[in-house]
Amino acid sequence: MITFKNVTKTFENGTEAIKGIDLHIKKGKLVVIIGPSGCGKTTTMKMINKLIHPTSGVIAIDGKDISGQKEVELRRSIGYVIQRIGLFPHMTIEENVALIPKLKGFKKEAYKEKVDELLKLVGLEPSLYKNRYPLELSGGQQQRVGVVRALAGEPPIILMDEPFSALDPISREQLQDELKLLQETIHKTIVFVTHDMDEALKIADEIVVMKDGLIEQIATPQELVQGPVNEFVRSFIGKERIHAAINLQNPAEKEISMIMEPVKQHATGELPSIESTTLIKDVAQQMIIQSTHSMYVVQNGERVGIVHKDGLLRELAGIVVEGA
Amino acid sequence: MDVIQAFWETVVQRQDLIIERTIEHLYLSFVAICSAILISLPLGIFISRKQKVAELYIGITAVFQTIPSLALFGFLVPIVGIGFKTALIALIIYALLPILRNTYTGITSVDQAIIEAGRGMGMTSSQILLKIELPLSLPFLMAGIRTATVLTVGVATLATFVGAGGLGDVIWRGLQSYNNYLVLAGAIPVALLALSFDFILKILEKKTTPKGL
Repeated sequence: MITFKNVTKTFENGTEAIKGIDLHIKKGKLVVIIGPSGCGKTTTMKMINKLIHPTSGVIAIDGKDISGQKEVELRRSIGYVIQRIGLFPHMTIEENVALIPKLKGFKKEAYKEKVDELLKLVGLEPSLYKNRYPLELSGGQQQRVGVVRALAGEPPIILMDEPFSALDPISREQLQDELKLLQETIHKTIVFVTHDMDEALKIADEIVVMKDGLIEQIATPQELVQGPVNEFVRSFIGKERIHAAINLQNPAEKEISMIMEPVKQHATGELPSIESTTLIKDVAQQMIIQSTHSMYVVQNGERVGIVHKDGLLRELAGIVVEGA
Repeated sequence: MDVIQAFWETVVQRQDLIIERTIEHLYLSFVAICSAILISLPLGIFISRKQKVAELYIGITAVFQTIPSLALFGFLVPIVGIGFKTALIALIIYALLPILRNTYTGITSVDQAIIEAGRGMGMTSSQILLKIELPLSLPFLMAGIRTATVLTVGVATLATFVGAGGLGDVIWRGLQSYNNYLVLAGAIPVALLALSFDFILKILEKKTTPKGL
């Protein structure tokens, strides 16, 4: 659907925002671009609707290079939702939503019905809301209208630039759920930019992790938490999320450092050692091979803990021992 | 009571002159305001696109504004001669600043997020201007026009010194003949005109302020 080929962007002030990315966004998928601020995620997204022009490289939609396409027409085939909502305050909800269909020259009866249908889709009763003005709505309601407005022109692609990050946590969660539900009915190709990993893991079909103008990893949420490709991605996802995800699946895949016990002061005695990043299943294997009941856990050559066979068994079997 | 009666008698006696000069005054002010709007509005839109030169243009009109009105009329006489044209030019120059500055402020104060949303949705520049920027900056614009109108109606009294008539004529005749009633018969209509213009524009301003703001 959308392809980036060796795309770079250097701004006039010399900032290299995008240092060469290749990306393929499949039709009907919700793709989340995530990264710390300044990583180029918003720039990447804005190049799709030509709000920003790439310095080099090719961006194609359905195989057609967009650089030759007229901006206005291109944008009318791409829905756009921004963080600050950007509803037109002097137009009613209905006028806001109907603007693009109107500009596209749709018949009045056709889009009037469409507006009602879309408002119902996001839980805003048309008779109650369509004649109100944006400022009479709550932030969450306003952004629902923002989403609906992007859908009104029936674009195959929708771009969402941190659409929920200005909302309160409860509205944010609600809108994330609604977007997921909505996507099940509309099956649009959605490019969603965020810096919130929980949001990305929750809604994405595919996550693109960016850093310093480069793509670090492209993976499904599950693949991402199970196999971050490097230290940056791992730290960006956050240890807790990785562990939580692994925990849910298989305790044998946990790192040994998570269940080790502290080494008692002045503990002596010769015991085999094992790296703190070793997985529980490998530790179990080592214990059997070396026929030992305990092992020291080391990190950077220093003892940081000790692990016993009991603890290992408890973890693997999921036994919780009171006071243990 | 004598004073009022005497004043009223003067008004009745000179009613032809007063009515004629009032119409002249109205005509002069109206043409000046309309011309100033025609110049300032596009210019204001233009400089709101080119923020680097905006201050320069506003600065120039501000300098015009600092020239004492009587002196401005005086300056123009050797260049354009006397008559309606001279008065008109001077009044236009005076009306430029309030309209220009308010147009500029109005357009640049429209929330950038709204414009970005419009652009991203595929609105053309002129659609953004006509459907978003101008409607949203209309309250500012109207305020500028109001200020300029009141100013122009007042300053137009000086048009008499370049032979362009207006209610200033009545006032000046009164001053020359030591007839305070005649001075008042000129000055009161000027004040009334300014106030009623202001009132009408105020209503217009309220009407044009987009709902939902």
